[in-house]
Amino acid sequence: MDIQALWLTLKLATVTTVLLLCFAIPLSFWLAFGKARWKIVVEALATLPLLLPPTVLGFYLLVLLGPRTAPGRLLIHLIGHPVAFSFSGLVIGSMIYSLPFAVQPITSGFSAIAPEILDAAHLLGANRLRVLMEILLPLARRAIFTGAMLCFTHTIGEFGVVLMIGGDIPGATRTLSIAMYDQVQDFRYAQANHTALLLLTVSLVALLFVYAWGRQVRRA
Amino acid sequence: MPDHALLTANIAHRVGALDLHISFSLTSPWTVLFGPSGAGKSTILRILAGLTQPQAGIITLQHRTLLDVEKGILIPAGQRKIGFVTQQPALFPHMTVRRNIAFGLQSLTKEKRDQRITEMLRLFRIEDLAERLPGRLSGGEYQRVALARALAPEPRFLLLDEPFSGLDADMKESILNELTTWLAARSVPTLYVSHDLAEAYQTGGDAIVIEQGRTETQGPVDQVLAPRRERLLRQLGIVSRPTQVPVPGESQTAPKP
Repeated sequence: MDIQALWLTLKLATVTTVLLLCFAIPLSFWLAFGKARWKIVVEALATLPLLLPPTVLGFYLLVLLGPRTAPGRLLIHLIGHPVAFSFSGLVIGSMIYSLPFAVQPITSGFSAIAPEILDAAHLLGANRLRVLMEILLPLARRAIFTGAMLCFTHTIGEFGVVLMIGGDIPGATRTLSIAMYDQVQDFRYAQANHTALLLLTVSLVALLFVYAWGRQVRRA
Repeated sequence: MPDHALLTANIAHRVGALDLHISFSLTSPWTVLFGPSGAGKSTILRILAGLTQPQAGIITLQHRTLLDVEKGILIPAGQRKIGFVTQQPALFPHMTVRRNIAFGLQSLTKEKRDQRITEMLRLFRIEDLAERLPGRLSGGEYQRVALARALAPEPRFLLLDEPFSGLDADMKESILNELTTWLAARSVPTLYVSHDLAEAYQTGGDAIVIEQGRTETQGPVDQVLAPRRERLLRQLGIVSRPTQVPVPGESQTAPKP
């Protein structure tokens, strides 16, 4: 078992999930309640990583975040080193790749809240922040939890984007799925089997959590 | 518009098949907005509450302009100090009855807030339900909590959109009596939507009749609704001919043979 890869994978999944929630919750709020006509474009863009081959996404990110483009050069100037082949690069790639897994359930959760509830809150003088904190987030908590769990497990099992943007640097960018790929390439099937089993278990446990918690919320 | 008007509204709004062009001025502390289903009553209330923005119009509440589309004035719903209870109100499902009532009292000190909550729980006889979640309430209890929540912040004006339609007659009468006493004591004018003639008569005050998005007549309930009452009584075979009551708009609303 590659403990270093396991630790890096868990760290990547945790950081990606936390940062992605900070971004996905306001975006989902806007997608659920915003009235802009071009909302449909943002909706499509937020869903795109679901259909796009991970290697394509990884390639574009590699180019975009590299020294050949203005945003890439700006990023290098700001953080002092190239984002590609670094942990921050993996986080950016994972956030974009897992975006639909967070945005889709959270937007559905917000949209399912009856507009009369929001009307009542506005009539009683609540501002947008209070409506978000006291009404929307508690009522959409199951959707947010589902989004977080999906994002976490999806990041744990990620391969294409990680390989394209991060390469295979032990301790820096080698995650469990890449370690497993290496093990298969080296004919270390027993180790690959352990890694695969671990990935499978993490995903299954996460899904069990989602369903068990969902049932608990429905009963409450 | 009269100088002593409590609320004046001059609104034009088109939504779907409804083409709303209404103009009225409320001078009575209790006014019934009367009209058939689909006449635009609920839309009018949503516009007054600030939940729907009309395409054109002016709304003034006690000489304060809430809306003037032409001048770009639009006071948001939360700043109008208008209470609004609908036929199917939406309590916050994850909050207890107490927290629902407390929601609009954030600006008060804890002591005053608790005092107001206790007053509301007592007024609507829901003390025993204070720690219950809305999902565990009966229809009547739910409606009473909704009223308590709307009145707790002591609004300057109250809009009621058939809030008692799901209640039995005794409960309705009891709540209505306590509600009107409380509103009168605090001088909170009320616009009460109904399409039920008996209910409109029972509550008294003034009435505004809306037909297909237009203000048809306005005045004291017993005058404005008299032609409809006579027509209903005749249909039921209780009277054989209409009584002679001078009513504005009589020619439009006169009973047909």
